[in-house]
Amino acid sequence: MNKTHDNRAWFFVLPVVALVAFNAVIPLMTVVNYSVQETFGDNVFFWAGVTWFEQVLQSERFHNALGRQLIFTFTILAIEIPLGVAIALAMPRKGPWVPVCLVLMALPLLIPWNVVGAMWNIFALPDIGLLGRSLNALGFDYNFTRQPGDAWFTLILMDVWHWTSLVVLLAYAGLVSIPDAYYQAAKIDGASPFAIFRYIQLPKMKRVLTIAVLLRFMDSFMIYTELSVLTGGGPGNSTTLLSIDLVKIALGQFDLGPAAAMSLIYFLIILLLSWVFYTLMMRNEQQ
Amino acid sequence: MNKGKALVPILYIIFLMLPIYWLVNMSFKTTNEILGTFTLFPSEFTVENYVKIFTDPTWYMGYVNSLIYVLINTVISVTVALPAAYAFSRYRFLGDKHLFFWLLTNRMAPPAVFALPFFQLYSAIGLFDTPIAVALAHTLFNIPLAVWILEGFMSGVPKELDETAYVDGHSFWSFFLKIFVPTIAAGIGVAAFFCFMFSWVELLLAKTLTSVAAKPIAATMTRTASTSGYELGLLAAAGTLTIIPGAFVIYFVRNYIAKGFALGRV
Repeated sequence: MNKTHDNRAWFFVLPVVALVAFNAVIPLMTVVNYSVQETFGDNVFFWAGVTWFEQVLQSERFHNALGRQLIFTFTILAIEIPLGVAIALAMPRKGPWVPVCLVLMALPLLIPWNVVGAMWNIFALPDIGLLGRSLNALGFDYNFTRQPGDAWFTLILMDVWHWTSLVVLLAYAGLVSIPDAYYQAAKIDGASPFAIFRYIQLPKMKRVLTIAVLLRFMDSFMIYTELSVLTGGGPGNSTTLLSIDLVKIALGQFDLGPAAAMSLIYFLIILLLSWVFYTLMMRNEQQ
Repeated sequence: MNKGKALVPILYIIFLMLPIYWLVNMSFKTTNEILGTFTLFPSEFTVENYVKIFTDPTWYMGYVNSLIYVLINTVISVTVALPAAYAFSRYRFLGDKHLFFWLLTNRMAPPAVFALPFFQLYSAIGLFDTPIAVALAHTLFNIPLAVWILEGFMSGVPKELDETAYVDGHSFWSFFLKIFVPTIAAGIGVAAFFCFMFSWVELLLAKTLTSVAAKPIAATMTRTASTSGYELGLLAAAGTLTIIPGAFVIYFVRNYIAKGFALGRV
């Protein structure tokens, strides 16, 4: 669409800018403030420069949390994106079952995150949970509250359960927008199912899949509530991802300086990676 | 449609339903049965957990509080996002692209980062422990999302519609409210659905910004679990009840879900 150039459009954007600025800029400045100061309580602050940033960037604790975070994010992306696409491809395009499928699949997305955590906790407990009990009956030594490997398995399974539907719904939205004529043309040309997928379906889903990757990437980096209810970062520190670590420092130990510095580094990492995704996405759109 | 292909969504839906089934199953059991035996169906079927929730104000007020701030949030987010999305879809203006990306960055801000500053900010302006505080705090990530979705839907409406309306003698606001808004009603529904969804499921900020008067249901659950031992049946019943509003909302937008998830742009 060719847009009119008119700076008065700012008036339309003003309420949004005012509200978001109130919510984003003031708190962000508070964080920036804390990140460069030292306090001994009583609201007395001293200039600390970049001490906290150096401390956080050099601490092994932060490296470990960041490492675990990256492993988690890339594992769930590697599982959820292909799985979601596969399920969307297998879904019927029309008929009475479509709304039923969609409603049932969207259900996990609307459950409060702490309920998701609590639900998976009681589902996976080795003594009273269906999953834990079944796995142990099948001969696996499964206990997610004691063994780090099992905790990771449960965490990833929970995230796949919780968010794969988002990928399915996005991919499905891309698929239903393909006109029937495309498939008929492919049939006349004698295209194999793989060729149809590669040259018709995948290009049509490209845009929505970029959105899916972007959303899943951002949200998996922020995962907090489900995880804190499910394992609380344990056993030990084995599932302590960035946000859990941050809340432990900020609200647990009340180390405001290091917590603020860590917040900013954490936010900048997400911002940088998301900006890369966003730029790629916008470039695709312009083509 | 061959049968092998239908198996994939069926298996997936079964996988989705298993933990929910277990939660519902547990909510109808007594604590003794949960801890003592392992049964696939409640052997002593009881609704006591639900009775407790519906008779105890600390429990049912949690639901009321949650619904209040979710509704306020949805109304604020969609109302302010409408003109903004219109501006982004129809006009080019100074800094429009940067502004759009800046809005999106707020969707990327981890709530864990904002928990403490939000607590201080809302305490300072005297809104702490009110539903308005939570509703306003949730606009941080819902407004950018609503603008994004609505902009997608609005860009799908040809500009000729605007021009014809002006030729017909409509003023801007009469065009916007009487013609444009009804045209993108589906988009507004989808945006409202997403705002409801993300405000309903978020807990970290909602918990940080409330203590007693406006405590959301999700926070009531966490506190009960940690203070009065592990009343699993009660917890399961409360969890089951939190699924219902979401299920309702999905049912209403079921025909728009597919399009809505593509943010109207496919």
